[in-house]
Amino acid sequence: MTAQDVLDLSAAQTARTIADRGASAADVVTASLARVAANAALNAFVTVASEADVRVAADVAPQGILHGVPVAVKDNIATTTLSTSCGSRILAGWVSPYEATAVSKLRAAGAVIIGKTNMDEFAMGSSTENSAFGPTRNPLDHSRVPGGSSGGSAAAVASGACRIAYGSETGGSVRQPAAFCGIVGVKPTYGRVSRFGLVAFASSLDHIGVFGRSVDDAAVGLQVIAGHDPQDATAVDVPVGDYRAAAGRPLTGLVVGVPTEYYPASLDAKIRAKCDRAIDVLRQLGAEIRTVSLPHTDLAIPVYYILAPAEASSNLARFDGVRYGPRAAADDLSDMYERTRSEGFGPEVTRRIILGTYVLSQGHYDAYYLKAMLVRERITQDFANVFASGVHVLFTPTTPSPAFTFGARSDPLDMYLSDIFTATANLAGVPAMSQPIGLVDGMPVGGQLLAAHFREADMFCAAYALEHALGPEALA
Amino acid sequence: MSTAMETDVTAGFEMVVGLEVHVQLKTQTKAFCGCSTNFGAPPNQNTCPVCLALPGALPVLNARAVELALRVALGFGFTVNARSIFARKNYFYPDLPKGYQISQHDTPIAEHGRLDIGLLINGEPRVIGITRAHMEEDAGKSIHDRYESATAVDLNRSGVPLVEIVSEPEMRSPEEAGAYLRTLKQILLYLDISDCNMEEGSLRVDANVSARPFGQVRLGTKCEVKNMNSFSGVERALAAEFRRQCGVLVAGGSVQQQTLLWDGAKGEIRPARSKEGSSDYRYFPEPDLPPLLISDAELARVRETLPELPAARRARYAAMKLSEYDVQELTADPATGPFFEAVLALHADAKSVANWVNGEVRAVVNERDTAWDAMSLEPARLAALIDLVRDGVVSSSAAKKIFAQLLVSTDTPRAIAERDGLVQVRDDNALAGWVDEVLAEHPVEAARYAAGEKKLVGLLVGLVMKKSQGRADPKLVNQLLSSRATG
Repeated sequence: MTAQDVLDLSAAQTARTIADRGASAADVVTASLARVAANAALNAFVTVASEADVRVAADVAPQGILHGVPVAVKDNIATTTLSTSCGSRILAGWVSPYEATAVSKLRAAGAVIIGKTNMDEFAMGSSTENSAFGPTRNPLDHSRVPGGSSGGSAAAVASGACRIAYGSETGGSVRQPAAFCGIVGVKPTYGRVSRFGLVAFASSLDHIGVFGRSVDDAAVGLQVIAGHDPQDATAVDVPVGDYRAAAGRPLTGLVVGVPTEYYPASLDAKIRAKCDRAIDVLRQLGAEIRTVSLPHTDLAIPVYYILAPAEASSNLARFDGVRYGPRAAADDLSDMYERTRSEGFGPEVTRRIILGTYVLSQGHYDAYYLKAMLVRERITQDFANVFASGVHVLFTPTTPSPAFTFGARSDPLDMYLSDIFTATANLAGVPAMSQPIGLVDGMPVGGQLLAAHFREADMFCAAYALEHALGPEALA
Repeated sequence: MSTAMETDVTAGFEMVVGLEVHVQLKTQTKAFCGCSTNFGAPPNQNTCPVCLALPGALPVLNARAVELALRVALGFGFTVNARSIFARKNYFYPDLPKGYQISQHDTPIAEHGRLDIGLLINGEPRVIGITRAHMEEDAGKSIHDRYESATAVDLNRSGVPLVEIVSEPEMRSPEEAGAYLRTLKQILLYLDISDCNMEEGSLRVDANVSARPFGQVRLGTKCEVKNMNSFSGVERALAAEFRRQCGVLVAGGSVQQQTLLWDGAKGEIRPARSKEGSSDYRYFPEPDLPPLLISDAELARVRETLPELPAARRARYAAMKLSEYDVQELTADPATGPFFEAVLALHADAKSVANWVNGEVRAVVNERDTAWDAMSLEPARLAALIDLVRDGVVSSSAAKKIFAQLLVSTDTPRAIAERDGLVQVRDDNALAGWVDEVLAEHPVEAARYAAGEKKLVGLLVGLVMKKSQGRADPKLVNQLLSSRATG
């Protein structure tokens, strides 16, 4: 088996093949780099590791569950070997002196990082059009966006460069690009994966997430980075389940909730049809389907666009030109701040900083931030009520539309509505994932599964079964 | 401008003062990372991704800092909130690397205290209300005078844990403010949670001061005065700022709310350089830190570790019939008492032990600038020395000589007394011999004394002491001479 062939095996099989000496880890990661190079037009990567470096890394990689498996990492997750620029001029070329906990865990599992993937600047966007390093293209149709903000990681997996890639989510930035690129994207429970080393956008909503070519790739990818971390006070110390154990398990006894609010009258009929088909499949597999309600769903986007910018306005204050990043020439201190930040941040980041500063200001705090926090509690309670009623997972569309063309969502508000079905899970902190459930007009559509806090295993159980049952239909 | 005019300006106005005291907690590591809090390290040495605010770094609360904050809360009798919230205080400044300070805003760890500041006003003890005590992190240091046209930033202090204790605006004079601060510091030192060193910045005071005509209920516009590096500096700064505000009011103006800096060398107040955006800190709950939960069990555990506090110790010493002066001296700092009591345990007379501790021993501690327990003077040796005096083995003046030797020698006080010939002679024959000699050498005085001129006893005792080279027991000499006069 050639190294190129090994790349098309699942991540777990790749590691096993290397362990059995069916291929050398160094050759596999070299083949991965060749695929990256062949797909350079996608602009999926901000930085690609050198062949020499990945071969050395592959040679010394521990014989863990991802031994020799090439992975891509979003450019807002700190690595000491490659720069971490967050898709921004203000961090262009910045190399972290420390590594994210998730990256340390990846390396300990034997994975080899092939590069840092392109993203909307500071993860603010839903199309990867907001990168200071140019947009990323959708591998399935170069005229379309890959989704965002983790568009580079999605494109890396969808183009076959790697089976697993890491991204981050604040409002759907893994699930939405996964849906747009026809792959699997998982956002775990808030606190399941350490955020230490993930450059913050909105701390209470930020998650590290994982892309997989298959459900199993995503499950393995999550398995290795999940767990408590004493360096993240919001990481939760509960045991990590075995996500892969759910593979092949029957769905008898599983209750799947279908929340009416995620199927509005305005939903694209073709997307609805794909969802209906997936729900039918789940029913045929033995699941009980139950119609449920999450009444505060329509408030998620307004709440999200108050809370996320509020936290961002504070999180991004550290990019001030004092300790790292470029510093603009200026006459005095406030001039230096103003110029450095005006030149360093792109328009969407600037817009959100201004928005966030406004909603936290004296006289506006109660009306915006405080009110939004109260509504967030309602949204969280909606999920708690549904899961307490005996529902194990929810099934919804991931996005209201398939991948759109470049420039199609030039109005920020239109763009913000891309997250309408995904932002709820970030607000509530519940785990959620997207997997392909068919093509609409030639582009993939994602089906979303959500579960109760720390019940990732329930979600994977349904996902494995659905993936298996749909087979090639998932991308047809 | 004459002093008389300045005094006139304040006539009819009442000073209103509230104090914010920042206390650096005595932890080994910073509030939210593992960096050392060691003072005086080379610039930016005690830093890491967290306190440098590198992208992606996250704070984790230091449990020891919480424990020390709880000691403060319980030591002062504040109400502890079972659930408190960290908040971000947002402003841009180069020595604030994250662009926000992690503090507590709406829900601090402790609230509602009262502090008896040890002053009587109209016969009533002055008790000042304390609004709250909250946890926060320190900023770094901006050094403006090191480089021409550039500011240097040292982030060693960035993230060092603080407790800020905020009083109600209930003080009415610089004297009350000074008493409040001294009382506060004394208790903080007893609680052993901070060095409370104003010069090193481990205790900092910001004063809010306003002026209003006597009888007016509404508070005047306050100004915040910073940069005082001693309690007397606070008192002087308050007086100066109060005069300035009264001057503005007398001239028909209105006081503008602002932050001012005290220049202790010049004795002047001047406006602070303004910090960008300082008017609106945009507080919101710190999303990187979960709410701080304090269980009853944890409170009970910390309460058990609380030391005796000054008021209780003062009461205990007063019950030993010590003078007010002795009690104050023995309790002024936390370390004197344990030394005093260690000696007292071996020697029953509290008054003489207090005299020694407050006299000779304190002089050595002050002179050497050392800690009581670091001094090479074991309580047992001091007790033995005091016993020698009590038993008349050595005189008081000889005891002082022996004391000096105790600090440089490992010999017992008695061995030193014998070695240096300081043991009092109490042998009747030897004493009688010296008395006889003195009387023989001074026949005139001897005759007058024998004739009943009793006041000559002092002179004669002195002559005997001189003859004995100070070794004679003066009490016995006195008795001998008395018997000669009557006999």
